[in-house]
Order: sequence, then C-alpha cells, then structure tokens
Amino acid sequence: MQKTAEQIEKDLLRPIFTSSAKYKIAVALAACLTLSGVCAFGYQLYNGIGVWGINSPVFWAFDITNFVFWIGISHAGTLISAILRLCNATWRRPVTRCAEAITVFSILIGGLVPLCHIGRPWLAYWMIPYPSERGIWPNFRSPLAWDFFAISTYLTGSTTFLYLPTIPDFAAVRDASKGLRKRIYRVLALGWQGTPRQWQRLEIAMHIMAIAIVPVAVSVHTIVSWDFSMTLVPMWHSTIFGPYFVIGAIFSGIAALILAMAMLRHFLHLEEYLKPLHFNNLGKLLLTMSLLWFYFTFAERLTTWYGNTPSEMDVFWQTIRLHFAPMFWTMVVCNFVIPMPLLAIKRFRTITGTAIASCTIIVGMWIERFLIIVPALDHKFLQYAWGSYKPTWVEDTLMASSFGMMALLYLLFSKFVPMISIWEMKVGLQPHGGGIITTRPAMVKPHGLVLEGPLPTDVPE
Amino acid sequence: MSHKWGLVVDLDRCTGCEACVVACHAENNVPTAGADQAARGRTMQWIRVERTWEGDFPNPKVRFQPVLCQQCDNAPCEPVCPTYASYHTPEGLNAQVYNRCIGTRFCANACPYTVRSFNFFDPKWEMPLQLQLNPDVSVRSVGVMEKCTFCTQRIKAAEIGAEAEKRELKDGEFTTACAQSCASKALIFGDLNNPDSEVARLASSNRSTKLLGELGTKPNVTYLERGTWQDAKNS
Repeated sequence: MQKTAEQIEKDLLRPIFTSSAKYKIAVALAACLTLSGVCAFGYQLYNGIGVWGINSPVFWAFDITNFVFWIGISHAGTLISAILRLCNATWRRPVTRCAEAITVFSILIGGLVPLCHIGRPWLAYWMIPYPSERGIWPNFRSPLAWDFFAISTYLTGSTTFLYLPTIPDFAAVRDASKGLRKRIYRVLALGWQGTPRQWQRLEIAMHIMAIAIVPVAVSVHTIVSWDFSMTLVPMWHSTIFGPYFVIGAIFSGIAALILAMAMLRHFLHLEEYLKPLHFNNLGKLLLTMSLLWFYFTFAERLTTWYGNTPSEMDVFWQTIRLHFAPMFWTMVVCNFVIPMPLLAIKRFRTITGTAIASCTIIVGMWIERFLIIVPALDHKFLQYAWGSYKPTWVEDTLMASSFGMMALLYLLFSKFVPMISIWEMKVGLQPHGGGIITTRPAMVKPHGLVLEGPLPTDVPE
Repeated sequence: MSHKWGLVVDLDRCTGCEACVVACHAENNVPTAGADQAARGRTMQWIRVERTWEGDFPNPKVRFQPVLCQQCDNAPCEPVCPTYASYHTPEGLNAQVYNRCIGTRFCANACPYTVRSFNFFDPKWEMPLQLQLNPDVSVRSVGVMEKCTFCTQRIKAAEIGAEAEKRELKDGEFTTACAQSCASKALIFGDLNNPDSEVARLASSNRSTKLLGELGTKPNVTYLERGTWQDAKNS
C-alpha cells in the first residue's frame, strides 16, 4: 500500500523523537567497546608500540589490515549512492543515506588507524604540508603522503555529499520540534525554506558532488593499494593492486551496507521502507562484485604462479599451502563459495540470504587484507630475516573497538538524522518523480505539502 | 672530488665471530633488546651475521654472511618515507634523520634486506652499560627507526679533521667500527671514488657480487665470494 507524505514523515522522524530501551543498551555497549580501545591506545602510548605483536620483519599487521578494511568499507556509500543517483535508479531512495553515513564514519575510523599505528603518534601532524619551523615539506613521493591527501579529500567530499541531501530533512526535524532541539536543527538546516530556488541549487550541488565523488572514491582505494605496490616486496609489487583493491572495497562496502540496512530495518522498524526489493537489487550488485573479486584473485595468483619468481613463490605457497593456507581457503569460502549460491539463486536472494552472504564477505575481506600484508612481510627476500606474527591483546582490543566505534557513530547518527531521506521518499510519491535528484523538486515542501499553482519552469533537466 | 663510501665484505674470510656486531652496538649506542624481545623478533642490530648451512653433522658446510644496510644508490626505503627521515645525502649515504622519523615503519617494509631496526620501546641499558654510551652518537627514542649509518660520526670527524689540516683524506685513515674490529679483515671500508683505495680495488675484483643485485637497488656494499665450497683439507 502506498504511504502518504504525512505517514512517511511520521515514520521516519519517529527514531529521532523516541528511543527504546534496546537502543540505549546498544549505545552503551558500543560506547564501552569504543572506550576499551581508548584505554588500549593510552596503554600503548605510555609503554611504546612494542605492546603490539608487530616485530621485524612484520612491521605492519592488524593496524594496516584494519586501515585497508575500513577504507574499503567506506566505498559502500558514497560511490554506490553516487552511481545509483547518476544512473537514475529510483529504488535507491531509501538506501542512499544509510550508505553515505557508513562512508563518512568508516573513513573517520580508517583515518584514525594510521594515526594510532605510527611510532610517535604525537607527531602525526608532520604529514600535513604547512610552512613549518622544521623547514621541510612532507615527502610528496611517498604513498603515505598521497594517502593523507586522498583520505582527507574523500572525507571532506563524502561529508559534503552526506550533508547536502540531509538539509531538507534537517528542516523537517526543525519544523517538527521545539526548544533546544529546534535551535540546533535550525543551524543544521542552514535556513532551508524549500523555495524553488533552494531546490534548484540543491539539485545542482548534489549533481556536481555525485559526479566528483566517483573518481575520488576510485582514487582513494587505488592509492591505498599503492602503499603496497610501490615497494619491491614480493607479491606487493603488482600492477593489479589498484583495480583489485577498488573492487574489493566496493565488494566489502556493499556487504556492510546490506548488513546495516538489515539491522536498521529490524531495529528501527523500517520494514515498509527497506523492502526485499532493495536487498534483492543490492544482492545482485554484490554477486557481480563477488565474481569480479574471484576473477582478480585468480588472475593475481595465476600470473604469480606462472612467473615462478622464487621470492614471490615463497609468499605464494605460504598462503596457498603452508602456514596461512587455512586463512586463505577460509577467505575463498567466505568471499565466493558461500555467497555464490546465496546470491545467484533467486530463491535465496532474500533479506536473510543476502545478510548471511554479507556477514561472510565482511569476514572474508578482512582476511584478504591480512593475507596481502602479513605473509608478504614475513617472507621477504632474505630467508634469514623471515619472521612470524601473532597479535597481542592490545591489537585485538583496538580492532574490536573500531567496530564498536562504527556501531556507536552509526547508532548516534540514526538518533539525530532520519536514516532514510524523507524528502526523497516523498518525491517518490510524485507521478513523475524520477529525476536524478527529482525532476520536480519544487513541488515538495519539507512538510510534504504539495504546492498549489503552476510548476516552476526554471528547474534544469 | 666528492667521496662515495663503500664497504667490501669478503665472505671467504668471514669466520662468523660477530665481533663486528658487538663493535657496532658499542660504537652506535644500539640497545640490546634482551632475550625476551629477541624471541619476539625485536632484535636491535645494525649488522647481523647470517648463518646458513648445507648438510648435517658431522659435515655441515656452514656459511656466514654479515648483512648491514647496503647504502643503496637506488634505495627502496627513501621514496616511501613521508617525512624525509630516510633520505639520500650528497655523499650517497642513506641517512636516517631520527628527529624527523614519526615511525610509520614503511621504510623497513620496503627494505628488501630487512636491515632496519625499530625502537619498539624506549631504549634501556643495564648498569653499567649506560656509562659507555658514545657521546658522538644520539640515542634514539621510542617509535623511531634506525639503521647502519656507515659510522657517519667517524666519517664526519675524519672529513672535518682533514679539512682543518687542508689536505685530502687518505685511504685507511679511518674506518667503521665493524671493519675496525674484524679480526680476519673480512670487512674493508673506504672511498669508492678513490681508485687507489683498497675498497675500490676489491669491489672491482672478479669475486665481487651484490646482495640481491637483481633488484636494481645499486648497493654500495660489495660481497666477495669464490662461489664454491672447498673442504679445509683441499684448500
């Protein structure tokens, strides 16, 4: 049954004005987990980074695995939502905001990891190019300097991309509330009145951002992959890494999105908004990514095997057959063997089916990043310097707290911002509401009242 | 003419005594990690002696190979450092500027020789070892990468001394701590740009080879090796 504009507004604003006991418990748990990470980081700062399990030659392990993992998850949102907007896929409407929020928070977390992982975190600001008393710039040849620029650009871009379409919804909250809340949302809404001129500007701004954010997203994960492929390390020095990482990022990103949507649907009772159709469509996208991931992994492994370089083959066999083989084959099962039937067979591509596939993919993609980093480092060229790696409780805690932080930020976001774009859902009610943003945005006011009178003629197509 | 410092490691002479390792620790204030940390792979060494062997007791064929920073002309560690802590000096040395290092450890990952040591903790010396710290060498703090400098403090001292006396540096006038302590003269340090120096002569020997030379890192450390094993009674 089609919902009316008033119903939509009431349903989607509900989580902002009421919070259940379950929600409060979830926030408390996530906050505890986050806090445990803060304590672990304090312990590390006080004692030195030696409290981690990293050693020589495995100088990077859980830290950079989590960095790549979270930056990968960030490809859920902005990229997918931008592409869906540009492709005019109307089913995207309830999906985009939860996706964009994942992006912003996972970049924040991903960006925090390198700050915590360096030996002297209090000097992290030396990565910033500013005319310093030290008289030197950062080394622009270093992929880590590229990382700094890529991630800060992506964070700025995706925050803007999240904020822009939220402005009309902030106005809706403003108009529905009073007191302090009204004052806060008045600031957030930036004086939004829903005039045709404002709609037109919003549409132009969102269009520009949607186009601009796609190359930024692709470049971010390419640059992350270049942290590895710009070195001589066996199995790192590879031309395939750029696209391989981008595909892997979108893959894990969609999985994270499906999981987040399944949880939102359940906990915020959005059953009538996040429908099986959305899971079905995203499931198809996930299926494509799973196939692409398999193709890239296969191509990478096969070319290494045929090249048969001794140093690369040491790492190759470590992952396929020796020490890391259990992890490697778990990864293949998680990323391909389990998701394949669940996503390819229509009967299984349900909400439960896609959510199960997403869970295994999240695990599998974390393992993938670990297997890229650690086996290569502990089997570099000189056998005498080979090593092994075992994480300590500090690394485990920091990793758990990164998930806690994601949950916390996401939960708090769902409290302060409607997780589904109210105005875009209302536009979906319009008979012709199928434009890139909408073809007739000026017809809808934040309240969902349809304006009387003729359509404005100055709305660009 | 500018100098180009180089080291020759004669593998046919190395007895694996590790005097070079001890001398390096003493000269460069390299802390000892301790048994516990060493077991976890946190050994602090600017030079290590790799032991490899073929065959079993009673006839193992043991080889020793001292490995230190190769001071590459085309060093993989340098471009990856975001803060120029790892940088190339005009004399072709791979310098590590401790004060610039923020501890990303990217250089150590990029180094194919795994010769960089990281300060996982603040360094400690047990009484009375801290009384023998070399005042010419800074002590590194927690979170900083360090590695062989070719005893840059000795190079500087010799260069400044020669300049004060307005003369050219002579070959063999000074040497690194490892070369100085090598009883079998397996390590020879000097100026590769001086064609009369012993190091230049040995580096062009037909026994010379570079460690992982195929990677194109252009090391300034040259290894001399006959290449075939000969039993004691035949040689």
